[in-house]
Amino acid sequence: MDKKMKKDTSKNFIFKMETLIEKYKIPIGIACAAVLLGFPYIGVNQYIMRIAIMIGIYSMLALGLNILTGYTGQVSLGHAGFYAIGAYTASLVSLKLGAGFIVSAIAGATLASFCGLLLGLPTLRLKGTYLSIVTLGFGEIVKMVLMNWDKVTNGTLGLKNIPRPSVFGLKLTLANNGIYYMMLVLLALITLVCILIIKSKIGRAFMSIKEDELAATMMGVKTTRYKVLAFVISAFITGIAGAFYASMIGFIDPNSFTFDISTLIISIVILGGMGTIRGMFVGSAILIAFPEVSRFMMDYRFVVYGIVLVVMMRFRPQGLLGWKSQMPYKFPKLAVQELEKRKKGNMQTQQV
Amino acid sequence: MIIQQLFNGLALGMAYSLIAVGYSMVFGILRLINFSHGAIYAFSAHMALLFISMKFGIIPAILMSILITGILGILIDKTALEPLRKKNSIPIASLITTIGMANIIQNLLMIFFNTERKPFPAFFDFGMLKLGSVQINSTQIVMCLVSLILLVILTLIINKTKLGLAMRATEQNSKAANLMGINVNFVISFTFFLGGASAAIAGALIGGYYQIVYPGMGFMVGLKAFAAAVLGGIGVLHGSVVGGLVVGVSESFAATFLGSSYRDSVAFIILILVLIIKPTGLFGKKDIKKV
Repeated sequence: MDKKMKKDTSKNFIFKMETLIEKYKIPIGIACAAVLLGFPYIGVNQYIMRIAIMIGIYSMLALGLNILTGYTGQVSLGHAGFYAIGAYTASLVSLKLGAGFIVSAIAGATLASFCGLLLGLPTLRLKGTYLSIVTLGFGEIVKMVLMNWDKVTNGTLGLKNIPRPSVFGLKLTLANNGIYYMMLVLLALITLVCILIIKSKIGRAFMSIKEDELAATMMGVKTTRYKVLAFVISAFITGIAGAFYASMIGFIDPNSFTFDISTLIISIVILGGMGTIRGMFVGSAILIAFPEVSRFMMDYRFVVYGIVLVVMMRFRPQGLLGWKSQMPYKFPKLAVQELEKRKKGNMQTQQV
Repeated sequence: MIIQQLFNGLALGMAYSLIAVGYSMVFGILRLINFSHGAIYAFSAHMALLFISMKFGIIPAILMSILITGILGILIDKTALEPLRKKNSIPIASLITTIGMANIIQNLLMIFFNTERKPFPAFFDFGMLKLGSVQINSTQIVMCLVSLILLVILTLIINKTKLGLAMRATEQNSKAANLMGINVNFVISFTFFLGGASAAIAGALIGGYYQIVYPGMGFMVGLKAFAAAVLGGIGVLHGSVVGGLVVGVSESFAATFLGSSYRDSVAFIILILVLIIKPTGLFGKKDIKKV
């Protein structure tokens, strides 16, 4: 009884908070945007700017994985592979063909999503843990290809002097904060795309697969097709993040894309709260900033990092911000129209 | 040359299968990939090194490392995984917990033993054996024999003893096993102990074979052993052995015929092919899902 009461109050609290946010949506949004836009001008040094950009990149990665793991329920342990494909393809396109950032990023993301398609096809046969295992192997194989395909990828030496993105002839660098704003724009775009996908029919199909695949099949959701689609979308977003990372850092080698990166991305998704958009930003801010903030702990910081993961899973496995929304479900416009039509039709038949 | 490489691969493969057995047993019972297993293996090698440097003599040192590593396995289960089982939390939570545990163990090893590569005594080197034109290192024969004996012992434990019966029952249906009076938590802890102990033996063997030990050593070996376990059908003991041998042999062939940079990934390519063709692995039983 006591426990139930407590649960109810926490639900009430979330409901109140959500109504509050819903009410002041516009001022809160403007305030957040102002803080993010003004961030470089409050006198922070380049080191902190760099961390902020890394947080942005990992937010993108987490948003990408979130589509696959958070909403569709397919755990991928090889997202570093897509990240690497995006980064390498984009760098090679811009280095060898002299293409601009946008073209090369789209090339990288397209190739990544094509690989996502190839990797997604085994989902026809594999489920749960076995799928995770295949993605893990995929990540390792991508790394191997990068290491051994010397002619194209320059092997373990990596690619150097990757050009920075430029807008109208203005080169974006860390020093003139161009990279930071570029990151904000990309992140905003990706977030928007994610929200749109989740609110669409596709998103509802994804969630139905996560909740119960069998029931989803019974309801007429083509599960295989949607699972592959989730892979493709997720890989595309990850590829863009990779392309941006490569042009930001200017140098990539196969060791920038190890299994540790894959686990880091999935840790962010879970720490922030699977199946939420808000959680991705908080998760990446915490996990990326943590090793930097805790430099005073020296060698122990990665031990603490492990402890944080273990303790989190023990006491809050749904993630820091992983609560379910208490707001009434908003029906999509089309569905509302359809319902009203039917209501009218019913009334007419009754009248007749 | 080919026969030589075959022997290299077989020796390494037997050691891999010892680690793979640990993955396989835990997966069989908990349906969980224990990512901390690679770190447990690295821990065991360091423990063996520590006890050897304390002049216990080599065999007692290894025995102690087996014991301590087994206890570490139990500790991981009791502190991190058992509470999650009690709360019935989502499977991915346990997965992340084991990743966190691997992080903790590996970084503690780095702090206490340094990151550098340390020499490990070649304690079972009795010179070379000549069989016609083929030279076989005696360490390889010892590795094969020791692993084989241990795998037979493990199989006997699982198939002939009462505890093994309990393990198999828990694997089939832990709830029903619990209702039949089996202490499921004890069985799981025992599984972790067995897994840790076999990883410790593999640690001593591979440490003695390469004569080098370092904290990051568990990562790649762990992944490969895991690939071996899945390859043979995870949850099946003899499957792990076959998987380990396949991985070991293909690795040594790839290293000689394709170049050493391919050796780490061959295991994964085979793994993916096998999974796509036969998702449950070579000897895996098919899960029938009832609605």
